[in-house]
Amino acid sequence: MSVLLLAEITNGALSLDQTAKAVTAVQALGDITILCAGNACSDAAAMAATLAGVSKVLCADDILYGNDLAEPVAALVVALADSFSHIVAPATASAKNILPRVSALLDVMVISDVTEVVDPETFDRPIYAGNAIQRIKSLDTQKVLTVRTAGFSAAAQTSSAPIENLAVAQDPGLSTWIEDKVQQSDRPELTSAKIVVSGGRGVGSLEHFKIIEALADKLDAAVGASRAAVDSGYAPNDWQVGQTGKVVAPELYIAAGISGAIQHLAGMKDSKIIVAINKDEDAPIFQVADYGLVADLFDVVPALTEAV
Amino acid sequence: MRVLVPVKRVIDYNVKVRVKSDGSGVDLSNVKMSMNPFDEIAVEEAIRLKEAGKVTEIVVVSIGVKQAQETLRTALAMGADRAILIEASADVHNDIEPLSVAKLLAKIVAQENPDLVLCGKQAIDNDMNATGQMLSALLGWSQATFASEVALEDGAAVVTREVDGGLQKIKVKLPAIVSVDLRLNEPRYATLPSIMKAKKKPLTIQTPEELGVEITPRHELISTSEPPQRSAGVIVKDVNELIAKLKDEAGVI
Ligand SMILES: Cc1cc2nc3c(=O)[nH]c(=O)nc-3n(C[C@H](O)[C@H](O)[C@H](O)COP(=O)(O)OP(=O)(O)OC[C@H]3O[C@@H](n4cnc5c(N)ncnc54)[C@H](O)[C@@H]3O)c2cc1C
Ligand SMILES: Nc1ncnc2c1ncn2[C@@H]1O[C@H](COP(=O)(O)O)[C@@H](O)[C@H]1O
Repeated sequence: MSVLLLAEITNGALSLDQTAKAVTAVQALGDITILCAGNACSDAAAMAATLAGVSKVLCADDILYGNDLAEPVAALVVALADSFSHIVAPATASAKNILPRVSALLDVMVISDVTEVVDPETFDRPIYAGNAIQRIKSLDTQKVLTVRTAGFSAAAQTSSAPIENLAVAQDPGLSTWIEDKVQQSDRPELTSAKIVVSGGRGVGSLEHFKIIEALADKLDAAVGASRAAVDSGYAPNDWQVGQTGKVVAPELYIAAGISGAIQHLAGMKDSKIIVAINKDEDAPIFQVADYGLVADLFDVVPALTEAV
Repeated sequence: MRVLVPVKRVIDYNVKVRVKSDGSGVDLSNVKMSMNPFDEIAVEEAIRLKEAGKVTEIVVVSIGVKQAQETLRTALAMGADRAILIEASADVHNDIEPLSVAKLLAKIVAQENPDLVLCGKQAIDNDMNATGQMLSALLGWSQATFASEVALEDGAAVVTREVDGGLQKIKVKLPAIVSVDLRLNEPRYATLPSIMKAKKKPLTIQTPEELGVEITPRHELISTSEPPQRSAGVIVKDVNELIAKLKDEAGVI
């Protein structure tokens, strides 16, 4: 058995956390080859080669792979697929765009958001916004899966696997990239931060969201948001936590002005410690919170920022 | 131009899911079922494109049990023109896998020749997030997933996509598959007169056998279980007590 693992690469840089956690998740499945596809991604390949348990790194460095377009990256993965029993990627937005395409091209049913690899054919995955866990056995000869990384620890950087450069696969020429609108931030990544501070509709406005951000910065935390906060324009889309946003499992998750809808809980209920700040004592978020504070967030969030 | 919108009948997003005690799945008997929320958004987008004069016909298609006719009628009442039901199962608990759904949809695409397929980003029951990408692969079409903005141009669609770092704008050649995200639009409610009118709109029924598609599942369900439950902790009285707990009891700050 052997694994081809598609590394998460953004603008040529390796997302070490996501990739290293995916390596841990599939360690038991056999020899791991990492595929780095990107533009100017040779540093990413060098970093991927340090991950413990990786036996080889393939580097496809070309502008064609620079913007994560699904068609060319899927074509590349399919061209390499033959020699692997498992094709894997961390369950990022990028991989969720690409791997189902790979899967259909190989006539295989994709296994999305795997939370546990039980054996080479059997996997656990959440369904119904995490309200049920399904254990399935894949009957396909090849397996294509995305791994929900939040529950795995990152593989150490102790290795030095060989790197092989790849020729470019064909460009299907179907899509072109126009632009990225990405906010640069010095804050930790939402999906790998030790502490996440999230705000919901209760925060009330874009200006007021600053008090959530101030607490996050004091705690060296990432900032999250509920869908209602994003829909209302208080926070950018990439801060959304939940069934259809990001899944996080930090040491500490602080939810302020968030009611605790199941779709939100789906993205954060595996956090180690949950703190809820809400002025409604009946808010469902208190049912999953380790520590609840029934209060107006405009009083307690600044006070908390002051005191920690 | 013609748009095809696949709509799935799923458990209503407000219903609390109950895992059956024998581990065979989630209890779907006598629970409220609705159109997958993402698919409502896809239908709405198609209607807006039609209202803007860019689209001439909207065909909706659903794959599943015969009760999915209700879902199709809802889409027709919103403003779709025609519906196709692919009756693929008699049991509401039997979910058709995205690979099979994509193969069936590929056949419908061959029949209907749409220029654009607008589907949901994910079905909120199986949470697969795969069908659109798979259909696109099978057809060799371009794909734009997780759309929060769609603009049609000559022979192409310009799509803003919600990605992990923010937003990405791409241009895809038509015909294309676009999967829609939550912030694309706010779907309308069907009015009573339009619900009446929808009863007369055409709805045809086909089967996987007629379409020549094999839908044997590739995933064998071993078990369905409840996730570990969290229990409510304590209510603290003020910020100082909270900080003390986080420092001394939990050790997280
Ligand atoms: C298909 C689908 C997918 C979805 N995916 C997601 C997802 O990924 N993530 C997500 O978050 N949601 C998602 N949702 C939406 C979800 O159902 C809820 O609507 C949403 O999470 C509500 O956000 P909220 O808690 O911020 O707002 P509300 O439910 O409006 O809650 C606001 C809370 O703030 C409290 N509050 C108000 N003012 C104050 C104050 N001054 N001080 C303290 N507390 C205050 C109120 O008591 C209330 O509890 C999805 C929904 C659907 C249909
Ligand atoms: N059985 C089905 N009938 C109609 N459309 C479906 C069906 N299954 C999936 N789809 C479409 O594919 C999208 C993604 O579903 P999924 O890949 O299952 O998460 C849905 O939002 C629908 O638009």
